[in-house]
Parts: sequence; structure tokens; C-alpha cells
Amino acid sequence: MTWDQMQELMWPATQETLQMVGLSTLCTVLLGLPLGVLLVLTAKGGVLQNQPVNKVLGAIVNLTRSMPFIILMIALISFTRWVTGNSLGWQAATVPLTVGAIPFFARLVETSIREVDRGLVEAVHAMGGGTWTLVRKVLVPEALPGIVASVTTTVIALIGYSAMAGTVGGGGLGDLAYRYGYLRFETTFMWIIVAEIAVIVTVIQLAGDYAVRRLAGRGLGGGRTRLLRPRPAATATGDKELVAP
Amino acid sequence: MPRAPDLRKAAVITTTDLTKVYRSRGREVTALAGVDLHVRPGEVYGVVGTSGAGKSTLIRCVNMLERPTSGTVTVDGVELTALPGGENRAGKELREARRRIGMVFQHFNLLSSRTVQQNVELPLEIIGLDRTERRRKAAELLDLVGLGDKARSYPQQLSGGQKQRVGIARALAGDPKVLLSDEATSALDPETTRSILKLLRELNQQLGLTVLLITHEMDVIKSVCDSAALMRGGRVVESGELTDLLSRTGSELAHELFPLGEFGTGRSGSTVLEITFQGDTSAQPFVSQLARTYQVDINILGAAVETIAGRQVGRMRVELPGSHQDNVVPIGFLREQGLQVDVLDTNGIGATNGAVA
Repeated sequence: MTWDQMQELMWPATQETLQMVGLSTLCTVLLGLPLGVLLVLTAKGGVLQNQPVNKVLGAIVNLTRSMPFIILMIALISFTRWVTGNSLGWQAATVPLTVGAIPFFARLVETSIREVDRGLVEAVHAMGGGTWTLVRKVLVPEALPGIVASVTTTVIALIGYSAMAGTVGGGGLGDLAYRYGYLRFETTFMWIIVAEIAVIVTVIQLAGDYAVRRLAGRGLGGGRTRLLRPRPAATATGDKELVAP
Repeated sequence: MPRAPDLRKAAVITTTDLTKVYRSRGREVTALAGVDLHVRPGEVYGVVGTSGAGKSTLIRCVNMLERPTSGTVTVDGVELTALPGGENRAGKELREARRRIGMVFQHFNLLSSRTVQQNVELPLEIIGLDRTERRRKAAELLDLVGLGDKARSYPQQLSGGQKQRVGIARALAGDPKVLLSDEATSALDPETTRSILKLLRELNQQLGLTVLLITHEMDVIKSVCDSAALMRGGRVVESGELTDLLSRTGSELAHELFPLGEFGTGRSGSTVLEITFQGDTSAQPFVSQLARTYQVDINILGAAVETIAGRQVGRMRVELPGSHQDNVVPIGFLREQGLQVDVLDTNGIGATNGAVA
């Protein structure tokens, strides 16, 4: 394969991957964030403590998370057709991707929100704020660095899943690597695609980390963030200890 | 107390027979066992006690952050215990009542995602003021607590004392009549504590704000409170105005506020008196008058003068020769001067209010 041939195949596949991941990330955040918040609020000791609701939500989340993605995707074919009117193409692939990512993201959001100091909840109550105020003005803004980190993790997980979605007609880079690289023994092409995915993942991770640092560093770094934070130099003896068997 | 009915009528915070029982896994813990509290408008009222005495539960019951098991709480004429809603899901009326009760916390509870000004604006957002009004009000409040120049800082950039000032500004946003202070100075160093207490006192005087504070530090009571209550085991064991407490014989609070324990307790066969004098009486030369009139040799074991509730209060421990019976007349003389005299038995504190002349 020539480089031109490769490029001709890679460009549309890249677009498909980005569209698939982009749309499913958007849907995952829109649906997963409220679910994560609800998991916290309905938990024992939560503001809207409701054990039955919490147990049911938790069970659904665990069930979806334990199902292998490939099976989830096939199980959802009729649902996908109902939502998008089609069971093929990148648009169709976003449905199982979203369904698979929502519980994953919701759990991450739940963990971030749990970290918010109970004292702030008390403060809002003492001010006469209700649950909606609490969620909108305190829980989500205070947990935002954690939520953004969760989005980053979810996007990267979705890129991995999208390769599988590709194999059932979703297209995208993962599918390309599988069909040309694996099935046609174009090993070089396969590695080039893998490298491209690695670049995308790295860029997303760096961008996510940067955003988290900006948010978490509010009021600490004077608004500016140093990407390269000076680390305390390791002492010579410390290094030796690390190397020693 | 004969004045009780009047107090009740005028009180801005009243609790009657307040109890709170926590139940967890079949075990019951009584945090409050029938607390009656009457806080009058414009006073600084301190509740003091060791940890576990129930004072934290008490202050949380005042704005229903904890719902009492029984009893009533009335704040500014509104019976909060009658309003619907749980601890976490307050009804509309309770939420509106809470907007008029400010609260400051030991650990400040400021939002790290918001600037100082935005933190102060939060209660104003809850009330529903528009943007320009909120800004104006927040700036005004920050000036009031002396942090006008820190509006754009984040709480993480402030010292503990500054954070608590923001907490106070935020608590005042709803123009409350009542400010609840939950160990507001316990996380601060002594100097910062003094400046925060001074601020509370100023706000109390300037705005006519009623302050109910809980603390485990007697110094807080001494420096800022008009009235105090001592809590132990979920009950108020003693309460009243500080000036009254100091002249009350055998008052535990007075003793804690003004300890003379480290002073000598005299020789056996003598009578040891603890004389408390306040305000005008401190100007009288009663020691020399006593010595001259009754020809007694007075041995001063110890003395201290302090400012409590804005008044000069002194306490002196003196030793008179002879038994209690021998000294009935001099003691009567001292009491006539308007002094409070406690007779100590030679072992120490167990004060007896012996025969009065």
C-alpha cells in the first residue's frame, strides 16, 4: 500500500471515529451526569435518601457495566433501529456506545461528587437553599475538576469501544485497522493506524489534564497553570534505594 | 426566676423542652435532654460545654439542620418546629425562615470553586436578587467585614481569619436578625480569634444583631457574651447574664470564668472569703475600711481584675483570722457594701453561704 492509498482510507475513518466518539460523549454526559448525581442524592444519608430507587439504579448500572460491549451492542440492535431508524453507520454506533458509557461515567461522577465536603451541603441548607440549588450551585461546580477528569477517561474508553462498534458497520479507525491490518496482513498500515489512535488518545488526555488543573488550581496558581510542574529533586540515596533489588 | 415570663415574651430565640435522640442500630443516644433557652434581642448569648455536651446539636436544632425529637424552637416569632420538611428536604416556609438566620461554621464551609465575592453572593442568589443588586450587596458586606480588597480572591488564598470573615459576610447576606455561630473561632489561633470576636461584637452593636454562639472556650464567653449557658450531658445546668452569674453564689460558670483556684487557700483556723466586685464597687477602698472599722488583719491570698461583658469585674481571695462565727460581722459589712462574698471552707472551693448578718 502506498502512503496515498493509506491516507485516502484513513481520513474518512478518522472523521467517523471522531464523530462517533464526539456524539456519544455528548449523549453520555447529558444522561450520565444526572444519573451520577441521582446515585449520590438517593444514597443512604443523601439529601434525597431513597433506598429502593438507589438500589434499582445501582443494579442497572452494575448490570450494564458487567455486560461485554460486543454483546451489549448486538442486544441493542433493535433499540438502535428504533432510535436512529437504521442499524448501520456511525450514527447507529453511537447508540450502543452511549448506553455502554453512561453507567461507567455515572459511577465516576458519583465518586467525584461524594468527595464534596458535607459541610457545604449544610451551609446551603442553612442559607435556605433547596436540593436543586445544592446540585446546581454547589455539588456540580465543586466536583467539576473530578467530573472533567471523568469525561476524559470516558472519551478514551469510548475510542476503545468504537473500534468494536466499527466491526458491525460503524466504520472508524479501529475497524480500518482490523480489516486491512489484521485480515489483509497489512501490518505496517495497522501500526500506522494504531499510532494515530495513540496520538488522539494522548491529545485528549493532555487536554483533559490541562482542564482539570485549571479548574482545580482556581485561586492557587494565580489563574495560570504550569504544564511542567517542578518536582522535588530525588536525592541520590533515594534513587539507589529504588533501583536496589 | 421571677423574670422568666418576660424573657420568654421578648426572646428572639426560644427553645422549650428541646430533646434530640439519635437512634442507630437499636442504640439510643440522647444528645439533648430538655433544653430551654431564651435569647433576647440584641444580646450575644454563649453556650459553653465540653465536647459531647450537646451544644452542637442544640445550635443545629435552632435552624432545623437537625430536627429535634420533641420540643419547640421559635426564632423571631416563627415556630420553626411547626414548619414542614425534614432535615435535608426543608419545605418552602422553612427555607424562607432559614434565609433570615445567618450561620457561621467552624470550618468556614466556603465554596472553593467561587471567588470570595461569589461566595457571598450565593445566599443572595438563593433569595433571588438580580446580578447588580447582588454585586452591590456583596461589596457592601465585604467592606463591613474588612475584606473589600479580597473580592476577587479564592478562599484557598486567604488565611483562616479571612475565611471566617467571608463566612460572616455570607451569613449576613440575608439581613438576618439572628446569627448562629458554630464554634466559629475554634479553628483559629488566639490572635485571630480575638479579631473575629471583636468583629462579632461590632456587628452585634452596629446592626443590633442577636448572636447565639457555641464554644468550648471560656475565653470566648468572657470576651464577647452578654449571657451564657453551661451545658452538660444534654442539659443546660446553669444560665443567665454574665453579670448576674458572677454575683450568684456558687455559680459554676462564674467560677470557670474567673478561676482563682491557683491562689492559696489559707491556714486552718482562719476564714477564707472570696469577694467579687463589679463596676462602681471596685472604686471603694473596702479592704482598708474593713481593717480600720473592725481592727482585723486581712491577708490577701490573691486577686484579679478582668473585663467581662464589657464591665470591670474583680475577685479577691482574702483570709481573716478566726473561725466563720468570729467573722460574721465583717462579712455582713462587706455584703452591705454591695460586694458578693463567698465563704470557702479551708479545703477550697465548696462555697457555703453561711449566716448572713
